[in-house]
Amino acid sequence: MIKLKINGQEQSWDGDPDLPLIWFLRDEAGLTGTKFGCGQALCGSCTVIVDKEAVRSCVTSINDVAGREVTTIEGLHPTGDHPVQKAWRQVNVPQCGFCQAGQIMQAAALLMENPKPSHEQIREEMSGNICRCGCYQRIEAAVHLASTGV
Amino acid sequence: MNFIDNPGKLRGFEKNVKVEKVSRRNILKGLGITGGFVLAAPVMSRQALAYETGAGKMPHGVVVDPRVFVAVAPDGIVTILAHRSEMGTGVRTSLPLIVAEEMEADWSRVKVQQAPGDEVKFGNQDTDGSRSTRHYLIPMRQIGASARTMLEQAAAKRWGVPATEVKAVNHEIVHSASGRKLGYGELAADAAKESVPSVEGLKLKDAKDFRYLGKGQISTVDLHDITTGKARYGADVRLPGMKYAVIARPPVTGGKLVSFDPDAALKVPGVEKVIQARGWPWPSKFQPLGGVAVIARNTGAAIKGRDALKLVWDDGANGKYDSVAYRKELEEASRKPGLVLRKEGDADAALKGADKVIVGEYYLPHLAHASMEPPVAVADVKGDKAEIWAPVQSPGGTREDVAKTLGIPEGNVTVNVTLLGGGFGRKSKCDFALEAALLSKELGSPVKVQWTREDDVRHDFLHTVSVERIEAGLDKSGKVIAWRHRSVAPTIASTFAAGAKNQAPFELGMGLVDMPFEIANISCENPEAAAFTRIGWFRSVSNIPRAFAVQSMVGEIAHATGRDQKDMLLELIGTPRIVKPAVKDLWNYGEPYDSYPIDTARLRKVVELVAEKGEWGRQVPKGHGLGIAVHRSFVSYIATVVEVAVDDKGKLTVPRVDTAIDCGTYVNPERIMSQIEGAAIMGLSLAKYGEISFKDGKVEQKNFDDFQVVRIDESPAVTNVYIVPPGPDTPPSGAGEPGVPPFAPALMNAIFAATGKRIRSLPLGKQLEA
Ligand code: FES
Ligand code: FES
Repeated sequence: MIKLKINGQEQSWDGDPDLPLIWFLRDEAGLTGTKFGCGQALCGSCTVIVDKEAVRSCVTSINDVAGREVTTIEGLHPTGDHPVQKAWRQVNVPQCGFCQAGQIMQAAALLMENPKPSHEQIREEMSGNICRCGCYQRIEAAVHLASTGV
Repeated sequence: MNFIDNPGKLRGFEKNVKVEKVSRRNILKGLGITGGFVLAAPVMSRQALAYETGAGKMPHGVVVDPRVFVAVAPDGIVTILAHRSEMGTGVRTSLPLIVAEEMEADWSRVKVQQAPGDEVKFGNQDTDGSRSTRHYLIPMRQIGASARTMLEQAAAKRWGVPATEVKAVNHEIVHSASGRKLGYGELAADAAKESVPSVEGLKLKDAKDFRYLGKGQISTVDLHDITTGKARYGADVRLPGMKYAVIARPPVTGGKLVSFDPDAALKVPGVEKVIQARGWPWPSKFQPLGGVAVIARNTGAAIKGRDALKLVWDDGANGKYDSVAYRKELEEASRKPGLVLRKEGDADAALKGADKVIVGEYYLPHLAHASMEPPVAVADVKGDKAEIWAPVQSPGGTREDVAKTLGIPEGNVTVNVTLLGGGFGRKSKCDFALEAALLSKELGSPVKVQWTREDDVRHDFLHTVSVERIEAGLDKSGKVIAWRHRSVAPTIASTFAAGAKNQAPFELGMGLVDMPFEIANISCENPEAAAFTRIGWFRSVSNIPRAFAVQSMVGEIAHATGRDQKDMLLELIGTPRIVKPAVKDLWNYGEPYDSYPIDTARLRKVVELVAEKGEWGRQVPKGHGLGIAVHRSFVSYIATVVEVAVDDKGKLTVPRVDTAIDCGTYVNPERIMSQIEGAAIMGLSLAKYGEISFKDGKVEQKNFDDFQVVRIDESPAVTNVYIVPPGPDTPPSGAGEPGVPPFAPALMNAIFAATGKRIRSLPLGKQLEA
């Protein structure tokens, strides 16, 4: 039996320990905010925060996070008002929106580690997250805005 | 007035009836609503409108009826139906916003509800071709104005005053003479009893009184949900008892399953079943490819199970498809005459007599859509009833195809439209929904069919592959006197009919036969090309290779004659005029030519605007270069200036992009900007990396490692967008797609300016490093 905490709640799993975390979140725990975009750590859609680090849940097995604390987009802020989420809305970042949960989680993790990233650092740190709609200009602006106070 | 829950018993309702007053009455009776009427296309009479559109000619035309689209609850909440699919353009907000504007509803008290697929009830729902605003600006205004008029009439009756004395103001009807007011909620029940006013008599708001339209102040209705993970896409639908499935499909288009061994897959924890999935021979429109389905308790188990399958395929006739060899065939075909579609003057003779002939052969490979959300659908089929939840651009077509595939009446099929995690034309094809429907029927339980990225890249309905060959003849003074353009590419028609080798009018009309230059001798030709895989629409379709070729050629001519690119471009566009190409079927994006002609004054205007705002001709540092391109598509006019920087190792960066768009009357300029910003990224992606290639009939790429798209660290440092303010009666035109075509040629013209290297073959790849 694998035990872990997701958004502050105890969860357990006694199935395949190799199951990628994304499918536990989406299909078993019903937390569908985390998105499947590539399954190979290439797009960032599935990004969640484990302890304080952004990880790709599509290549992280549930066993890898046993006993740890996972935060998904649903748990980032109780009312959805994390500075990154607020900045995202202020800049009207999303188009289709499918990549945005992953982008927001990546940005939130970035700001935890580096509260005032430069534009170069934003572009560098966010480069693992693909947005096929091409919202990059606004993503960059929103991360910057979140870091300077929304 | 609850108008939304009209029963869907409208089968057999004739298409394109002018005004349907009687038959609908029986249906409305069931709701206790009498006296209502419904309009079907074409509804746009000359009196009501300054322009006509092709909306009425779309399947099922247009329905203009407040009872279908609007509901006012007693608490004042106004619910407006969105009948088009949201894939990132903002349409789910824009169209209801038009209704709210006209009905004087307060947007903060409006709820948007997504309509299911039912084109008889809602009119055409195909969210493609950059048509939604173009076709629905006026119908949505009429719907809003109807609802507003009914509320005004109800209030006037209540007060016993003439309707002309009352006025709708921000969710209330006001009688200013007496100072009385009634909220929309208080009037809802009475308003529902009012008859729907005739379209001709409707008074539309004066544009100067608009609170929402054209302002760009309203965020999309899904914004909060998207940022909090609550937004529901196709993949997010969960039903009690639902199974999770992935399918192993034939690696070659038209291939067949010979045998499979499910044993290892069945041993994977969580895998419940392995069954054959029904497939259709190629081509068969959007029918599934078939293969083997792995059913599991979660998607992860299904994927792991599929990896363990042992499969034997028969590759069939397309097993030899090879992109390197095929390119040679296309090039050879482009060097010989083809079907002549437009002939003005005598291009052959003029080319022979020309002082100089410049020849360019431009290659663009297949492209995959790679929408961020791979195809996915949930189906629940019980007996002769089916319910589907899917991110489809064509809910009406999906309903039709599900019904046909399952052999049940269309009325028994419900297609619920979720948000789309990107579409770009891929989700106009409902094969994934058909797969889910077939599987659910067989399993007897709800099922979700999830495509992986590998599935998506390998089994897409790909953008075609093309060679565009242009020969431009110049006289001694450097004036272009002859233009021959041959376009060779497998046609989308080949997905519908075996053996189709000539492009369809809607492909030819995307930048080939509608070429706007003022040249005396023109020949536009289409040599044949066979298809060996599924070809489909990709955002802006044939405009991508056409604009790439035509606008690159302008750069080549400018260079050969020592001219400035922009000056050359304006000279070729020529005098401000309405172009009348000598073409049997111009297509013109399905629009009447009177409303949407090829207007070179507008084409010139966007070039001049982008040149001015984008500071064309500015001094750029060494290794930098500026490029320009313009293209009319989806009846909009767009010009782009790109600045590139190429370092001594051939590494490309894009410091700045400027784009000017004239898309006529617009609803939400803020979303138009986001579309154009995104189009620059998609344009850069396809120019830099975009290539799907085949070997032994199989796609060689699989995921974002080998089908790369642009990431944030290589995206343009800044993209500026300028929207041309519309004239008072300028019809709306497309905004979702037109931003893509001019990007690649502007980029290549800029690369030439920076390096002297002319790139005629996409993608760019490592060509600058050589
Ligand atoms: S789905 Fe995990 S990185 Fe793409
Ligand atoms: S908003 Fe569509 S993929 Fe990013």
